[in-house]
Amino acid sequence: MNKASILFIGFLITLATSWIGLVLLPASHYNTQAAQLPTAFFTNQEIIARGQQVYQANGCIYCHSQQVGTRHFRSDQERGWGNRRTVSTDYLRDTVALLGTMRTGPDLANIGIRNPSPQWHYLHLYDPQLTSPGSIMPPLRFLFEPAKENPSADAFTLPDGRRIEPTDDARALVAYLLSLKRSQGELPEAFEPPPK
Amino acid sequence: MTDSTDSSIDPAAIERSRRERIVIDASARGPIIHWLASAIFWLLLGTLLALGASVKLHDPEFLANNPWLTFGRVRPAHLNTMVYGWASGACVGVGLWIMSRLCRAPLRHGWSLHIAAVFWNIGNAVGTWGILSGGSLSMEWLEYPAGAAPWLLAAFAVATWQGVDMIRRRPPGHIYVSQWYLFASLFWFPMLYATAQVLLVWKPVAAPAQPPINWWYAHNVLGLWFTPVCLAAAYYLIPKVIGKPIHSYFLSMIGFWSLAFFYAWNGMHHLIGGPYPAWLISVSVAASVMMLVPVITVAVNHHFTMIGNFGALRWSPTLRFVVFAAMSYTVVSVQGSLTAVRAVNRITHFTHYTVAHAHLGMYAFVTMMLFGAIYYMMPRLLDREWPSAALIRVHFWCSAVGVLFYWGALSYGGLEQGLNLQNPNMPFMDIIARTLPYLRMRTWAGVLMTVGHLAFATSFLLMLFGKVRVVSTPTLFIRPTAKTNPA
Repeated sequence: MNKASILFIGFLITLATSWIGLVLLPASHYNTQAAQLPTAFFTNQEIIARGQQVYQANGCIYCHSQQVGTRHFRSDQERGWGNRRTVSTDYLRDTVALLGTMRTGPDLANIGIRNPSPQWHYLHLYDPQLTSPGSIMPPLRFLFEPAKENPSADAFTLPDGRRIEPTDDARALVAYLLSLKRSQGELPEAFEPPPK
Repeated sequence: MTDSTDSSIDPAAIERSRRERIVIDASARGPIIHWLASAIFWLLLGTLLALGASVKLHDPEFLANNPWLTFGRVRPAHLNTMVYGWASGACVGVGLWIMSRLCRAPLRHGWSLHIAAVFWNIGNAVGTWGILSGGSLSMEWLEYPAGAAPWLLAAFAVATWQGVDMIRRRPPGHIYVSQWYLFASLFWFPMLYATAQVLLVWKPVAAPAQPPINWWYAHNVLGLWFTPVCLAAAYYLIPKVIGKPIHSYFLSMIGFWSLAFFYAWNGMHHLIGGPYPAWLISVSVAASVMMLVPVITVAVNHHFTMIGNFGALRWSPTLRFVVFAAMSYTVVSVQGSLTAVRAVNRITHFTHYTVAHAHLGMYAFVTMMLFGAIYYMMPRLLDREWPSAALIRVHFWCSAVGVLFYWGALSYGGLEQGLNLQNPNMPFMDIIARTLPYLRMRTWAGVLMTVGHLAFATSFLLMLFGKVRVVSTPTLFIRPTAKTNPA
């Protein structure tokens, strides 16, 4: 092995094969699928898009996944995290796929169905101990401010009596969380054979 | 074994080769130390961020009021400063120096590598600042906001060009296995990074296609950038320190090409159980299991070279780090192949077990190998010796014990967490409560590793700026004897 040019061609070919299989094929497949959908499908409300940015900026993904597994593979559905598995088309609406790889916290794929109360989410984000004692989620108090003289409709009172209200970032984040209803509707590709 | 009395070796040739090395090391001194010193700065910053993130996971009120220091920003800031600032920066420094030694080509246009190091640091600063100030992209291993990548790519282009320039000036004849690994990785990294930036950041593909590309990238950064550079270092340093050629040329060739072919297909095992067609996942599961071929080949080659020379571990700081790293490579790779099997992954995915595995790879293998290489390089680059064997000893034991404790505690805690997650009758909060003791142990392991890094940084600074000790013998743990040093 003493020809640098032959080595170089070898490096290119080995990487290129996997590039075709794992980058080009998924990209062209899902891009084609997305292109066939009506544009109305994608018109996310602005507040949800902003909420997704808050979710990304504060790294919720490092503890929360957004995917439901099949019944025979994981206990997700028995835990009530979704009533069917999620499939790739469930993410076509998104601009960024936030599937997640950790479950230091519960899955959020269907949090908008499982817990539709914005008040609960505000309280939980402000201090997780108030709603979920023993939680190790970091409090996101910096997304809230003391209630103003004319408090907004979503201002709330803490157990210690202080009145606070969410910032626009907190409102957007909660709007995004409430929009997460990924297992909604039947999809042929989400079919699972019933357990034996 | 007794080179000095071998009649076939001409003393004049030895002297020529010694002078050649002096010229090469003098040419590399400034630029390579610039890269290494920068890398060590990022190592220290990354360590601080790691400790903060670790504490936050069992004590969520710790530094909780400042948005810049919330867990979800500190954790990716830790990962990216370590991956790009520390490990990649050190790989450029170590890789190019080994390349210039093996190509017997002094480094030319050193100024270009100085500018590249400045660019690399700007890119990392922009990226880290971006994450902490709320600009993280939340794509794993690619959290730096868009502004960082052009700086990093421009800097890396210089490193690639320098490597090619050395390869072109090599003397005719055989190309050593370390050169294949380095030559390949200098192309692989920019191709991977550019693909990921273009398809995920600049002009994002449809969302469902992003996780496969994300994991193709993230797994290949380990497999086709850090691993080749670190294996190149092992292939160079083990024979150098013990004075004996590598066990088998044939095995090293098998090891190289099977790594190149199989590693590139591994990434989708991060999506097992996810919303993807079975073929996409299965191809990566198969490739991950096939990784046993390059791993066993390389293991046989490295460990058979070491046989009969383990005594040298008692005196050589470099060898101690390098052999620890080479053994960790075997362990982490076999563990990786097993974890990619669906039946195992079903339990371990989504848990701290994966985090433990990642640190066995990026720390016990990659980082320890880079430490070993830096201990070998600095005395040659600076023509002076390490200030203190005691500091090196503290560094080795804190890092080695720290990472093994880290790995053991989190692997066990993660397995338990995974089994509990599969039990739908156990409330989620109980699962979390049961991980807490292991998360605390991880912090203590991190404290130990931090002490190691401080000892390392102190050694490095004393070496650069301390009073030069005039000594004629290298800094070793103990004086080699005929018994510990058969060569």
